Amino acid sequence: MGSCSSHAASIPDLDSIRRETGFSQASLVRLYHRFQALDKNQKGYLCRTDLQQIGALAVNPLGDRIIESFFPNGSYSVDFPGFVRVLAHFRPVDEYTGVRDPKEPEPLNSRMNKLRFAFQLYDQDRDGKISWHEMLQVLRLMVGVQVTDEQLENITDRTVQEADEDGDGAVSFLEFVKSLEKMNIEQKMSIRILK
Amino acid sequence: MAVRGAPGPGWGLLLALALALAWLPRARGVEEEAGAHGSIEGFQVVTFKWHHVQDPYIIALWILVASLAKIVFHLSHKVTSVVPESALLIVLGLVLGGIVWAADHIASFTLTPTVFFFYLLPPIVLDAGYFMPNRLFFGNLGTILLYAVIGTVWNAATTGLSLYGVFLSGLMGDLKIGLLDFLLFGSLIAAVDPVAVLAVFEEVHVNEVLFIIVFGESLLNDAVTVVLYNVFESFVTLGSDKVTSVDCVKGLVSFFVVSLGGTLVGIVFAFLLSLVTRFTKHVRIIEPGFVFVISYLSYLTSEMLSLSAILAITFCGICCQKYVKANISEQSATTVRYTMKMLASGAETIIFMFLGISAVDPLIWTWNTAFVLLTLVFISVYRAIGVVLQTWVLNRYRMVQLEIIDQVVMSYGGLRGAVAYALVVLLDENKVKEKNLFVSTTIIVVFFTVIFQGLTIKPLVQWLKVKRSEHREPKLNEKLHGRAFDHILSAIEDISGQIGHNYLRDKWSNFDRKFLSKVLMRRSAQKSRDRILNVFHELNLKDAISYVAEGERRGSLAFIRSPSTDNMVNVDFSTPRPSTVEASVSYLLRENVSAVCLDMQSLEQRRRSIRDTEDMVTHHTLQQYLYKPRQEYKHLYSRHELSPNEDEKQDKEIFHRTMRKRLESFKSTKLGICQNKKAAKLYKRERAQKRRNSSIPNGKLPMETPLHNLPIKERDLELSDPEDTHPYEAEDMSGGIEFLANVTKDSTTDSTAGIDNPVFSPDEDPGILARVPPWLSPEETVVPSQRARVQIPCSPDNFRRLTPIRLSTKSADSFLLADGDPEEAPRPGLPESTHM
Repeated sequence: MGSCSSHAASIPDLDSIRRETGFSQASLVRLYHRFQALDKNQKGYLCRTDLQQIGALAVNPLGDRIIESFFPNGSYSVDFPGFVRVLAHFRPVDEYTGVRDPKEPEPLNSRMNKLRFAFQLYDQDRDGKISWHEMLQVLRLMVGVQVTDEQLENITDRTVQEADEDGDGAVSFLEFVKSLEKMNIEQKMSIRILK
Repeated sequence: MAVRGAPGPGWGLLLALALALAWLPRARGVEEEAGAHGSIEGFQVVTFKWHHVQDPYIIALWILVASLAKIVFHLSHKVTSVVPESALLIVLGLVLGGIVWAADHIASFTLTPTVFFFYLLPPIVLDAGYFMPNRLFFGNLGTILLYAVIGTVWNAATTGLSLYGVFLSGLMGDLKIGLLDFLLFGSLIAAVDPVAVLAVFEEVHVNEVLFIIVFGESLLNDAVTVVLYNVFESFVTLGSDKVTSVDCVKGLVSFFVVSLGGTLVGIVFAFLLSLVTRFTKHVRIIEPGFVFVISYLSYLTSEMLSLSAILAITFCGICCQKYVKANISEQSATTVRYTMKMLASGAETIIFMFLGISAVDPLIWTWNTAFVLLTLVFISVYRAIGVVLQTWVLNRYRMVQLEIIDQVVMSYGGLRGAVAYALVVLLDENKVKEKNLFVSTTIIVVFFTVIFQGLTIKPLVQWLKVKRSEHREPKLNEKLHGRAFDHILSAIEDISGQIGHNYLRDKWSNFDRKFLSKVLMRRSAQKSRDRILNVFHELNLKDAISYVAEGERRGSLAFIRSPSTDNMVNVDFSTPRPSTVEASVSYLLRENVSAVCLDMQSLEQRRRSIRDTEDMVTHHTLQQYLYKPRQEYKHLYSRHELSPNEDEKQDKEIFHRTMRKRLESFKSTKLGICQNKKAAKLYKRERAQKRRNSSIPNGKLPMETPLHNLPIKERDLELSDPEDTHPYEAEDMSGGIEFLANVTKDSTTDSTAGIDNPVFSPDEDPGILARVPPWLSPEETVVPSQRARVQIPCSPDNFRRLTPIRLSTKSADSFLLADGDPEEAPRPGLPESTHM
């Protein structure tokens, strides 16, 4: 731990990041190393290209969208706090869920925030709704080329209809949450090692 | 011990199972009768040859009795909902045993170890393995292994030592046993029994994680039990003074040999089995037989090599399930499923009944109150302590925490069963002086755990409000988003540079896709593995059935033939489907996720309700109105078997349609060039993504290894300029056109060719292949993305011109395929993780 804490000193704003994200110090140090490794020219921030270099992401159907989610509002770069903030969505839900101070913001890794993260991957135009087309796009990304567009559109129809409750032909965030209420999001959207 | 009666040439396990019941001296009355018949001379028109059929006859009768008993139990739903079937069967066995004994005063029928281990146990374990929810199992493998190995050793050691301690204190009176005998007893009583656990837990329906942990433990602890048992038995034989530390080390080594060896045997046979089922296309009738025979051989082989047979057959089932299910025909799959459930359920019934019957034998009973009671106390207490300690350790590493309630159920669910009984009967009376005490204690323990704990676990679970498992069909949304979440998780893992389950799962599924599936799966099976498509297909089946049902209700099927309903797309999906069809084919088609369920009734019910709706007309409608899956077509295409013209036409059609639709939607929803462009970019990116995905089967992923540095750099170059500057910057039109021009220029100079070739021509492929050095080929994973960028639907005019280019990418697609494996259809880049 000794070496870790010496490294930890080099991370700017360590404490505030910790408070916000809930990561342990060890995890933050590990992530900082990763951040530096990704940061090719030691710029101190990451560009899209830095993330696009990760080979496995290129073959991940949602890879590019996830990369985009690191760059909110069309910014070009992401610094370490921002980087960690995104990853914090995937921290396992704390085992102790006592009474939370209502004034405190919901932790980033709460069920709602996990879902919101997923939702904004679908909702590309940020209008708070997954439109039919947005759904189709995601499906197109996720389904192999051997599926015809017609089939895909049909699947999209069904998917949207299944979740759409108010009949506006789009899935709002609430409807999105509702359609997944049976699913164990806390577990499914958590990575064990991101403690 | 008489296991007599030739099984005949049949290799069905059923006969083997029937053979399974060994018989001690037969009933006296029977003998006399047969003797009387023997004295008659001369030719007999009708002879009564009881002896001739005696053994199989009695076996069949017992099976009949057990099965009838099951019917009777289930007549009253009230009884079975309170009392577990296993408990009822034991009680029935006791009653029957009492009757037999009263008539005979000899315990004629007992459960012998040979029969149990060779014929009754394998079907149950195979069933467990074959229907094992793999993803769940491997996801919790660490936990399961800890409980199975450390937990069992802990139980054995503490129980044995504590009993020995009490024995030294003199509480048990005078017994001729030493420390080793106690440890031997501890080791055989320590193991949680798969049969008993399964029988009780499946009626309780606890949540799947809890279930898989207890159940997995009961399966995997076999290796530990076998080793401990063998070690201590040989130690007892040697005598306590002759045991050296070398022997102890040997015992430890043998643990690894036994467990890993057993697993290996299972995997080898699973491989063999998968391979065999790949070639059974023309012998569909015996196809299901292979599954049983080869799995059974894995069991016997590992028994022969004195490895853990249970592990072998478990892993045989676990490993082969995916490939076998994909390879064999639907009918065969159903046959396998039903036969397996039937055998397992039958074996289980017989085991419990005969446990009861075996207990009625005054010869084996030696009572020692202190010993029996203390054993009961110790196994319960130490199990609880062990579970709490291990869970405490595990919870520091587990993502899904095991809570107090789970721990209580786990401790309480530590049922002992027939394995312990069979092992204790196997003991040699000459070596273990107090064998009878051990036997009677084991019987008490088994009865106590199965009957008492089995009875009380359900109320306990209800009282503690353990998260129950819910059986329902995942909705389309859940499937889709669930899959998306999988992708998101593995992407985040890649970004955060952590290696976790998802990473390993991805690696495994890649390996599986690239090598294993190719070897072990039929080609036809390989292509139809897209989960989402499957769900969709099932939904369509459902719709078609409801469609026909609707027609039947109206009294006429004429409307089906009317042209207006020519297309299933026109059917309004949003209308609530009639409830009569809720149990549809898809229920049957799909494997139950937590199908480690011996209870066939639920399956049966589904089956019955389907039968009504499933008739000729349904099939006809299904045939006619479900549009053909594109997969087939693509598949053929990739094998160069479809005429390119047709191919082109269809593709062009679809492409036109999509583009038109998109353009319209862009126009209607978003006005303004900038916005439009942004959306177009989005689309373009997505296309690019798709291209990239389609290249996965090539197996040349740009990985972060030095070997692939070159392609990564190349991709960098490509991606950096457009992607860095574009998406969120308002850019004027001319820039975009310039970019377009650049790309087109690029692609013309591209050495991989095929790009400007508007018409698909398979003849070119060899030439192309020759020109590209293999080490450069990763670049292809990139090229399509670039090419795909060409298809920006900037304006409707543009669009027409672009069409041939789009087609050319398709020819490149085929080229990509040719490079990899000409037989392979382009596969989606979906990790197979949900299959695990």
